[in-house]
Amino acid sequence: MITLEKRPEPSKLWTAITPILAVVATMIAGGIMFAVLGKDPLVAIRTIFWDPLFNEQFAGFSRPQLLVKAAPLILIATGLAMGFRAGVWNIGAEGQYIMGAICGAAVGLAFYPTESFLIFPLMIAAGALGGFLWAMIPGVLKVKFHTNEILVSLLLVYVAEFILASMALGALRNPEGNGFPGSRNLKEYPSAFNAELLPNTGLHWGVVAAIIAVIFAYVLFSKHMMGFHIRLAGQAPKAARFGGVEPARLILFCLGTSGALAGLAGLFEVSGPAGQISIDFNVGYGFTAIIVAFLGRLNPFGILLAGLLMALTYIGGELASFMLGVPTAAIQAFQGMLLFFLLAVDVLTNYRIKFGTKGGGSI
Amino acid sequence: MKRRTILAGAVAALALTTTAFAEDKTKVGFVYVGPVGDGGWTTEHNNGRLAVEEHFGDKVETIFQEKVPEGADAERVLTQMALSGADLIFTTSFGYMDPTLNVAKKFPDVKFAHATGFKRSDNVATYSARFYEGRAVIGHIAGNMTKTNKVGYIASFPIPEVIRGINSAYIHAKKVNPDVEFNVVWIFTWEDAAKEADAAQALIDQGVDVLMQHTDTTAPMLRAEASGVHAFGQASDMKVAGPTAQLTSIIDDWAPYYIAQTQAVMDGTWQSTDTWDGIKEGMVDFAEFSDAIPQDVRDEANKMIEDIKSGAYKPFTGPLKKQDGSDWLAEGETADDGTLAGMNFYVEGLTGDIPN
Repeated sequence: MITLEKRPEPSKLWTAITPILAVVATMIAGGIMFAVLGKDPLVAIRTIFWDPLFNEQFAGFSRPQLLVKAAPLILIATGLAMGFRAGVWNIGAEGQYIMGAICGAAVGLAFYPTESFLIFPLMIAAGALGGFLWAMIPGVLKVKFHTNEILVSLLLVYVAEFILASMALGALRNPEGNGFPGSRNLKEYPSAFNAELLPNTGLHWGVVAAIIAVIFAYVLFSKHMMGFHIRLAGQAPKAARFGGVEPARLILFCLGTSGALAGLAGLFEVSGPAGQISIDFNVGYGFTAIIVAFLGRLNPFGILLAGLLMALTYIGGELASFMLGVPTAAIQAFQGMLLFFLLAVDVLTNYRIKFGTKGGGSI
Repeated sequence: MKRRTILAGAVAALALTTTAFAEDKTKVGFVYVGPVGDGGWTTEHNNGRLAVEEHFGDKVETIFQEKVPEGADAERVLTQMALSGADLIFTTSFGYMDPTLNVAKKFPDVKFAHATGFKRSDNVATYSARFYEGRAVIGHIAGNMTKTNKVGYIASFPIPEVIRGINSAYIHAKKVNPDVEFNVVWIFTWEDAAKEADAAQALIDQGVDVLMQHTDTTAPMLRAEASGVHAFGQASDMKVAGPTAQLTSIIDDWAPYYIAQTQAVMDGTWQSTDTWDGIKEGMVDFAEFSDAIPQDVRDEANKMIEDIKSGAYKPFTGPLKKQDGSDWLAEGETADDGTLAGMNFYVEGLTGDIPN
């Protein structure tokens, strides 16, 4: 008989070990899956985890790409983690990401073709504001009418997608694009282009912003009263109320901050790697960031690592896909396994396994 | 000293043989927007890839990546393919246009061919098929087959290629059935089985009894089969999905083009070209006509195919007016390729607006 017994305190040891354990378990289970598909499991796993970092042929390009892919994930996940800690569930970061991109790009395109160093900062402000305002909709509705922010924020993603399509086809469409959808390419507009700060490093303003956000969140959680309120509200809502935490203010703060960060991520993406507002601009960063937030255990530095790991599986997965002919669906299953095993072994952090009915050994 | 020279010589010889070996095999890459098993657009491009492998055997190596989002991710996938030593890369969706050009700039020695786009450079060619010729034929069949006089059209993006298809199908349906109406649903994706199925169901609920699609998966065909209405397959023969529903399919046959391009790269004669082939060249073909189509309609459809093939008939022949009633083509006048390539208006009789 095996039983689970709740630990009085989450185990520090297991908190540190479980992510590694999850990665190892994913490699084993994923390896079996690749073997069943007729691929050499060791080669497949090496291609996913090793080649993007150290293969001579690819690493020069894919190492910087890791930052490019991880930056929006980290930026969004850091914001989401604040809310998740307080029990405020913003599931619609994808929508805020889109709105940030639209607002930021619109400001940039409005100035086209004027060149000025003021344009990019204005775009950043507009991007953050766009995401902030979009997140305020579920925020205000929750505070005023007690609507469920999970549903409202999620459904607003679909609204944002329609606005995106309408912008790509209408207001922001490139007048010189032969009637095809999509805005002007911001890469060809120096004042609005979020270029690499150092050539071939992948380091653009979005990466810088992600690092700042991580540090900011760390300071907030560990040193600031607001961080304490957030934790208190999440762990003991009643105590929080007695302790003078205003729930309305907290909800608006968490949703607003996560919305603004998602909006920033959208702005940096549209003005940099993506280059233009197009119908298919969003590729799910807002949703993947939820996984990253939990993979990083809602801890800012954990999120930093989780974002990089997730980016590695994307880039390595692509390599494995065309180098070895692994189906894309298998790569997605592989990424899913990572989250699955992480959550599964997470049990060990909060519970101990007891063998036998009474007085058996335990780990 | 001497030993060193020998060594150096051996190394050089080794390097020579490896490069010679690498050059022996032409590496051809394909980037797909959907999964290879979509049963439509991507399946047919993948069939083209398999045809290249079969045709050249050991002389080629093909690689592909499926489900690549159109945007920043496409640029990364293309770069990685070029880095892996690809000599020729086919990018098979409209949204890969800018990523293809950006990556091509960085790899001047790699050749690229982008499907359905309009931007070219020294090492980027474009290619597309005259799908509207096929649409003319299925429009003719649809006009004859519909009992409710309502034809449903699942459209992806309001770009000229899609608008051209709607116009072509409508003109030829209307010719044989003046009462025909087209219900067009825009779903803003090429490949999303759930959205395609929803759109198909919505159209069927509106009383549509013949479905056309300009999206990639077999989902609408499956809905048509389940609801007992007729439908036309898209890009590939979809008879498996709709054994009784399918009237015919427009089939895109990319194999000859892919083989010719690969041959040109092997011979060193590759040039950036703009290819727009149709029924005549075999790039647009049809699946077997269903028995549900009456013999006379079948004969007329076959006659139209022959006339398009011989050049005796062009699908966009006047008199035609635009939706707003203004004149477009005079009696006997045909549309030139430039107008067709940039078509952004409906012809007279179509209801609804092109979203913008």
